[in-house]
Parts: sequence; structure tokens; C-alpha cells
Amino acid sequence: MTAERKEFRWIGKRPVRPDGVDKVTGRAQFSADFNMPGQLIGKVLRSPHAHARIKSIDTSKAKALAGVKAVITGADFPSLPDEWVGAGRVEGNFKYFSENIIARDKVLYEGHTVAAVAAVSAAIAEEALSLIKVDYEVLPHVIDPVEAMAPDAPLLHEKMITRGMKTPPTKPSNVAKWAEFLMGDPVEGFKKADVIVERSYTTKAVHQGYIEPHAVAASTSADGQTVVWCSSQGQYQVRTWVSKIVGLPLSSIRVIPAEIGGGFGGKLIPYLEPLAVRMSRLTNRPVKITMSREDVFRATGPTSGAAMKIKVGATKDGKIVAAEGEFIFQAGAYPGSPFMNGLMCSFAPYAIPNVRTWGYDVVTNRPKAAAYRAPGSPIAAYAVESALDELAKKLNIHPVDLRLKNAIVEGTPSYFGPKFGSVGFVETLEALKKHPNYNIPLGPNQGRGFASGFWFNGGGESCATVNINDDGTASVIEGNPDIGGSRASMAIMAAEVLGIDYDKVRPIVGDTASLGFNHVTGGSRVTFATGMAVVRAAEDAVREMKERAAMLWDISPDAVTWEDGFARPAGDNAGKHEPLSLKQIAGQAAKTGGPICGHASLNAQAPGPGLGSHMVDVEVDPETGHVKILRYTASQDVGRAIHPSYVEGQMQGGVAQGIGWALNEEYIYDKNGRLENPGFLDYRMPVCSDLPFIDTIMIEKPVPSHPFGVRGVGEVPIVPPMAAVANAIHSAIGKRLTSLPMSPPKVRAAIDGDA
Amino acid sequence: MKAQQYEAPDSIDKAVALLAAAKGQARVLAGGTDLLIQMRVGRLSADTIVDIKCIAELRKISREDGGFKIGAAVSGAEADEHAELVAHWPGVVEGWELIGSTQIQGRATLAGNLCNASPAADGVPALIAAGAQVTIVGPNGSRKVPVEAIPTGPGRNSLAKGEFVTYFHLPKRPPHSSDAYLRLIPRTEMDIAVVGCAVNLTLDAGGTCTAASVALGAVAPTVVKVPDGAKALIGTKLDAAALDKLAAAASAACKPIDDKRGTVVYRTKIAGVLARRAALIAYERARKRA
Ligand SMILES: Cc1cc2nc3c(=O)[nH]c(=O)nc-3n(C[C@H](O)[C@H](O)[C@H](O)COP(=O)(O)OP(=O)(O)OC[C@H]3O[C@@H](n4cnc5c(N)ncnc54)[C@H](O)[C@@H]3O)c2cc1C
Repeated sequence: MTAERKEFRWIGKRPVRPDGVDKVTGRAQFSADFNMPGQLIGKVLRSPHAHARIKSIDTSKAKALAGVKAVITGADFPSLPDEWVGAGRVEGNFKYFSENIIARDKVLYEGHTVAAVAAVSAAIAEEALSLIKVDYEVLPHVIDPVEAMAPDAPLLHEKMITRGMKTPPTKPSNVAKWAEFLMGDPVEGFKKADVIVERSYTTKAVHQGYIEPHAVAASTSADGQTVVWCSSQGQYQVRTWVSKIVGLPLSSIRVIPAEIGGGFGGKLIPYLEPLAVRMSRLTNRPVKITMSREDVFRATGPTSGAAMKIKVGATKDGKIVAAEGEFIFQAGAYPGSPFMNGLMCSFAPYAIPNVRTWGYDVVTNRPKAAAYRAPGSPIAAYAVESALDELAKKLNIHPVDLRLKNAIVEGTPSYFGPKFGSVGFVETLEALKKHPNYNIPLGPNQGRGFASGFWFNGGGESCATVNINDDGTASVIEGNPDIGGSRASMAIMAAEVLGIDYDKVRPIVGDTASLGFNHVTGGSRVTFATGMAVVRAAEDAVREMKERAAMLWDISPDAVTWEDGFARPAGDNAGKHEPLSLKQIAGQAAKTGGPICGHASLNAQAPGPGLGSHMVDVEVDPETGHVKILRYTASQDVGRAIHPSYVEGQMQGGVAQGIGWALNEEYIYDKNGRLENPGFLDYRMPVCSDLPFIDTIMIEKPVPSHPFGVRGVGEVPIVPPMAAVANAIHSAIGKRLTSLPMSPPKVRAAIDGDA
Repeated sequence: MKAQQYEAPDSIDKAVALLAAAKGQARVLAGGTDLLIQMRVGRLSADTIVDIKCIAELRKISREDGGFKIGAAVSGAEADEHAELVAHWPGVVEGWELIGSTQIQGRATLAGNLCNASPAADGVPALIAAGAQVTIVGPNGSRKVPVEAIPTGPGRNSLAKGEFVTYFHLPKRPPHSSDAYLRLIPRTEMDIAVVGCAVNLTLDAGGTCTAASVALGAVAPTVVKVPDGAKALIGTKLDAAALDKLAAAASAACKPIDDKRGTVVYRTKIAGVLARRAALIAYERARKRA
């Protein structure tokens, strides 16, 4: 889309991904594909209760069963201090992490791990589980976050005092944390408003729904060195967690990343790895554990459900003068919902002089929330973007124009931090207006909805190595599991810098011993931060090759340039020597100083935020309440699309997940707090026939801090869909649905005026 | 999932003998798309499994007295390719065909759908509306009963020990008759019916309805017939008033529960909606069939 685009050789092309053939032919090795001689099978005993005190665990019969090699409980793990580490919105507490992995004195949700066994076969391990006797004292439980805030609600953590309040409360509660952001004076601001919309919204917890259930194999040798094979969103993160939770030095653990069958944030944290490592250390044998889909639903993190109140006010001309939002987020069994992100992302796309957001992180008897694509932002956007639609309709201003009138631009102050840098929000809205779908006439019971969304995007620590091979090819080693085609993007960027063909570059994802630390694959940071490391490493290799050429020519390295894969003499020496190709330089490396390797290690700063604007057409069956998605258009500022197919894939994938979140996905609990739909039959993610082709518009507004202008693209696409669909339903039937999912019974009830 | 013994006899007699002689719990295996899954999650167990797919005559669809005889081991995909069956009983085939996905269709049988006795089984309402019968064989010989005699409640059927279903029998069709089945699911496929409705109609040459049968699935422990709804259609050309009466009768006939798949209120409303829509489809089909 950018006119001034410099001609690239590889960037912006769509070559086949390096991991593609193995994936489509079934050869790729995912977590559960690792098997070793002498391997034991691990199985996990899970709590049948939503909330109970563990009075005792008797493992003697299980241990006595022939073929059982290890039985572990919480007592086999160190107690960790109750302390918060890390900064602000991403802080964590390893005491809670550890207790979530294996319960100590209480179980806090159905599916909570109580014990694990390793045996010579799956059948024996299963039998051993049935021989473990746990004596529970069942306690009252609470599933809903608003009910959990009631003064008489059952307490999950009996001594938990709300953090973040100016005057800390004296009594314990289920509110783990409170936070607030304030800019200007909303009370005064609302006085200037001609129109005010005030409304409450709820969303349900939804699971990431990755197709690959969690699995791990761990092996420990006689000298105490442990190797772990697993798919995750960060092998270094797995290493840190195993180290802390099992109590081992980092140097004794090597984590080898498997291919990953989807994560979406849900595989940023391990569940099985510390159990497998503990049992492999007890037995000195490999231990393999795999989850079933039911385990995944009962015990791994969905994102939060929430209850929110939004108030927005604008003058007649459509200028938003004040906004307020209260956000109650469900953390699940342990503190740590993404409510802080909700507070910050909610009104982030808009330049509003007076803003106040505040919220609560509330524990409930359900699996601990885990990250899910732009954690917190989609939840908040459902509320805010629905309220803005209502505001636009009241003001009689087109919803896109209302957003355009208030859109942030470079330099707009944010209410939670520094001013915004380069943002292409206005462009996403203008592109929607120009798209052919914007003017397609609608039929009866059809409606068009709009919504936008914001995500910070991440930077952070990455390193990479580029090895130049003597046949003129290059190997790239990076440390981030490839979830969305990142190996292809790394190879493209390396090929661009080195000036050689894409298929001469082979990228691999290294294990924890092959590179320095790399932060996780998450926060839409990989193509930005790790991409930057790969570019710098390739540039380092180029610098080295220029020096080698200078040595061969006996001129100063400063007098050598690098163009299209060739070292050329420059300045006074121009034309005096035949250019040397990468292959020629590599072939003579032994003579000029040994192997040529480029390396870079950095902490990438100033990622550009992600903004997207969506437009959806729906048709509502007025008798059944069934909502059909007719067409969907997602417009996004993508910085620079290194491999446009994978950018489009991220946008379409986020929308598909968002549509599921909007229409049907929810956890259904019975009165005992047990999950009734732990499978894809009744946890209704969309199937192919539920979705139209999702049209994408990529706006390229390069981010100045990245050598190629890369902007994270993986998360913002899931932010607008729920509100976009709600707004389209409103346009179709004139009713506003304020609670997710907008399933057929709810839509029909709204049509009938029952809700 | 544990089973001690697996047998695949090649005749009905051998299957009867195996089931009669089996110690402990014996179960018939057709497509296995219910049985194997329920065994895996521990809901069902079996000491002996008798697979009926190797019995050649149970894999056939044939004409019988102007109607059809369908073997108990025929899959949905096979039925869908049988043009004559589809032409005569489009509603029966469309109910069957809605089960699962392409993969499931290659295996799922009507007998398995019926004997599994889920209140939401998609294959059953159209069979009942059609007036279909089944042949049952067992240690005491064979008998024929109406389809609705088989399921007795969620997960329960009336078959005695050692008995199994061998054939479905669909009656001869008069001219100007046809049927239709519709279900409501929140998604577009791979889901379980919140409500299902089958309507079977016969018209006279002028398009007036002379016979009708209406059956609802997923709104009670077993399929519910709606005689008042059928009555409302007879003697009409399915005008608006007749359809209103049908819808009201269908809603009134429901005895649903609130569960993870739907609420009482919603299911009751939808029963009426689907009855009306299925009746119109059956009517159009019947008018076109000489
Ligand atoms: C992914 C998936 C999607 C599905 N979708 C649907 C759907 O949309 N709608 C729906 O209704 N169902 C659905 N089902 C359920 C199932 O596929 C159907 O009920 C199918 O018709 C069962 O037939 P089968 O031949 O596989 O039965 P089996 O599993 O072989 O048998 C089912 C039961 O019936 C008994 N049985 C089988 N044959 C006989 C016989 N001849 N005589 C006596 N007893 C017998 C068995 O012992 C067993 O108890 C789905 C299943 C799956 C796995």
C-alpha cells in the first residue's frame, strides 16, 4: 500500500515456508511424537471437586502396584515464597504457579492436579491413579466473578488481601488486585457531553482451542542432566519454570522445542513439564505425559470472563469528551487475569481528554486464566466498541466517522503511559470506507457492524546466529518456536540482508543450549524483536565477509561494499578487483580466519502498536436467533508484511477465533462447579462452514525502530470481532446484545424482548 | 477402553449365537461412532463385541413390497448414493445424512443411531414419521416392531439380551407424498440437535393434504409424535392458519429440559419454527412427486 516502498528482493514475497513440507506430510514432530527406549508413561490424578481441602493423600497402594515407578504429590515439590516478580501488567508469583501445577493443601478447581504417577504402561499408570486415595473436605465454591466479590463468598485463598489499593483492606477477599488509570477529570468532562451512553456488559471465559493438546517427554541421565522435549511458546520459559518449580539450576535443564500445534498464549506456561521432570529425576528414566482434550479444557487456561460497565460522552459534533470503564475480570483459581491490559487497551484507540478506568482481578473456582491473543483487550473492546456504536447511532454519525473523529495519531498522549509513536489507525478506517464490501446493499434481517481494536505489541530480548556455509548457503538459528510462519519471515529477512536466494537460507529454532536467552513467542514480538536480531546477525555476517574480502584484496574493510550477495571494492578501489560472491568468500574462510558466523543479541525497544478496524455483515434468522456471518473485512496497520500470506493468516485466524467467542463459545458448569462441555462437540468453536472468506486489508506504515519497519500483527485481529458482530446484530434486528456469547437462544430472547 | 473379545461373524445366525453365548456384557458394533467413543471415556464397557459389518445381507438396500428394506449395517454415505431411496424418502435420508461429518458418514448406521437411544438422534424422527418398522432377531427368533418401540429413554432401548436389529422397513409410498427433516444446531455442522423435526405428508392430486405425520426429536426423553399438528394439516394446502396450528401443536407437545444444549423456553419455541419449515419443504417435495 505504501507508495514510497523501496524495492525489496524477498520482503513482501510469498515463498513456501521452510517447515511446510514436514507439516503437510505428517513428518513434523509435535510434543506427543517423542518416544524413547525405556520410557515410562505418566498420568495425572485430577480433582473431581471445584473447591476442597485435601485432608490426606494415601499413595501406598499405588506405589505397591507392580510396574509403577514413581508416585508424586505436592509434597515432592519445594514451597516457594509468596512474592511477585516482573513488572506491572506481566508480573507473576511462583508460589501460585507452582500450586497451580500441583495442589498443596487445597484444590481450587475441578481438574486441579493432585498427584501423578509414572509406570511402565499407560494401563498400569491408569490403575495406579485409581489406587490413590485422597480424603477431601468439600468446600463451597464460586464460579462467577461478581458473585466471588460478594462479602459472604467462599474464599479461595483464605489470607489474600487485595493488592494495589491506596489503603489496603483489612479483611481477606477474592479480589487479588485493584488498579486504576486516570487522565484529566471525567466528572467535569461528562458535564460537557451532549450525549452519554452508559451500559453494562458481560463476557464468558473462552479457551484458546489449540489443536495440539499439551504433552511432554523428559529424560534425566545418571549425572542429573535433564532434557525436556515439548511444544511451548518459549523453551527458555519452560526451563525457568522447571528450574523454579522443581528446584534445579538452569544449567542442568535443556529444553528442546517441538513443533507447536497452536498456542495463542495458552502455551506460554507449562503444566506437565515440572511433573515429568520430577518423575524422570526420581526414576532416571524418560517420562512421557500427554493430556486428553478433556484435560485441556478442565485444567489449562482459558482467558477471563468479565463484567464491565462503560460510560462514554460526546458533544453533538461527535467529539468524545469523557470516558469511564469498570472492569471485573475473572482470574480463575490464582491471581493474574489480564485486567490491567483491559484497563489500558479499552479506550486506547481514541484521543479522549478525560478518561478513568479501574478494575478488579478476581479469583474463582475455575482453571487459572492464561494468556489468549492480546490478553484482556478483546474483552474490554467488546464493551467499549459496543458503547461507541450506540453513541454513533444516537449522534446520527456513521460509526466509522465517529472513530475517525476521535482516532489517535502519532503524538497523541495515552492515559497509561507515553505518547503514541507511529500508528496507522486512521488509515485502517479510511481503507474500510474504500473497500467494495462497504457499499454492498443489505437484505432483510441483515446488518453491518464496525469495531476497532488496539494492542501494545511487544519487543524484548532475542538473539540469533547466522552461520555462513562454504557452499554459499546460510543457516539461521533463532530461539522462538514458530507458531505462525516465523521461520519463513526470518529466512526472508536474512536473505534480504545477505543478498542470496530465500531457499539458500535454512532457519531452525534452537534449543536452550544453542543460543542465549530468548523471550517467549508471544505479544506479537517475534517478527519484530527476533526479526531484528536475525537482521543484525545477518548484518554481522556481512560485516565479517566484507573484512574477509578486504583481507583477500589487501584493502581497508571500509573500502568494501556489500550488494546483492557480493563484496565489491568501493571508493578509490572501485573496479580494481573482481567482486567476490558470498559463496567465494565462504569457500576461502579457512584461509581468512575460520568459520564465518554473525551473531546479535538485543533487547528490542519501541515496537509500534497494532490497530485494526473490522466490518462485518450478518444475517439473523428472526425465528431461531441463528446469526450467519455473511462477509467479513479486516483492515490493519501491519507495519511491513514480510510474508504477506502469514500476515493475512494471522488476521483471518484472529477473526475466526473472535467469531467463535462472539457467537457460541462458553464454559458450562453444573451446580457442583464441574465443567459440562470439556470437548469440541459442546464447546462450540466455529467450523469451516460457519465462516465466510475473511477479506483482509494490509496497511503498511513502517515502524521506525525496526530495520524493515515490522509491526507485530498476531494479536490485534482478535480484538474487534465480538463488538463488530454485536454491532452488526444491532443493525439487523435493532436489539443490543450485551452479553457473550450471542448464541441463538439469547438472540431469539432479545428479539422476543425477553432479555 | 477394554474389551475381552472381538467377533466379526458373516451371518445373522452366527451373530445371534455369539450374542447368546457371550459371558458378561456383549455389544453389537456397527459403525462404532457411538460405541467406541463411549467405551473410551468409560461410559460403556463390553466383554464381547460383535461386529455386524461382515454380514453381507445387512449391508444392502433392497426393494420390498413397493417400499424399502435397509440392512442394519448400511452407512449414511451408502444411503445417500441410493438414488431411489433418496427419491422416495428424502427426509429419512437427510436426517441420517446430517449425522457427523464426511468421515462419520462413512460409518454411521441408522441402527446404531436408533439403538444408542439419544433423544437428539437425527436419524430417528423421520423414521417414526415415515411409519418405519424394524426386524429384531434374537435367541427366540425374529419379530417386527415399529421404530418407536426401540428407544425407551436416554441411552436405553427395549432390546432383550441377545437381540439386535437386522433391517429397517419403509412402507410403499402413495403418489404425491414426501417427507423432510430439519434440525437446529448453533453451528452449521458437527453439532448435536437442540431440536429436530420430521414431517411426512401425502397430498391428493389437487395438493390438499390427506395424510400427515409429525415427529420431534430432542424435546423429550424419546421422540415425540405430534398428532394434533398432523391433524391441523390434513384437509388443507398448508395455508398460514394450518401452519400456525401445526407450530402451536408442536410447541405444546414438547417436554424438554434445560441442559448445556438448550433451554426449555428456546426448545419449545424452536419446535414450532422447525415444524412449520419442515412441513413446507415436505409439501413442496410431495407436490413435485407424481
Ligand atoms: C463426530 C461425531 C459427530 C456426530 N454427529 C451426530 C449427529 O449430528 N447426529 C446424531 O444423531 N448423531 C451424531 N453422532 C453419533 C453417531 O455417529 C450416530 O448415532 C450414529 O448413527 C451411530 O451409528 P454407528 O453405526 O456408528 O453405531 P455404533 O457406535 O456402532 O452403535 C451405537 C449403539 O447401538 C448399538 N447397536 C449398533 N447397531 C445395532 C444393531 N443393529 N442392533 C442393536 N444394537 C445396535 C451398539 O451396541 C451401541 O450401543 C456423532 C458422532 C460423532 C463421533
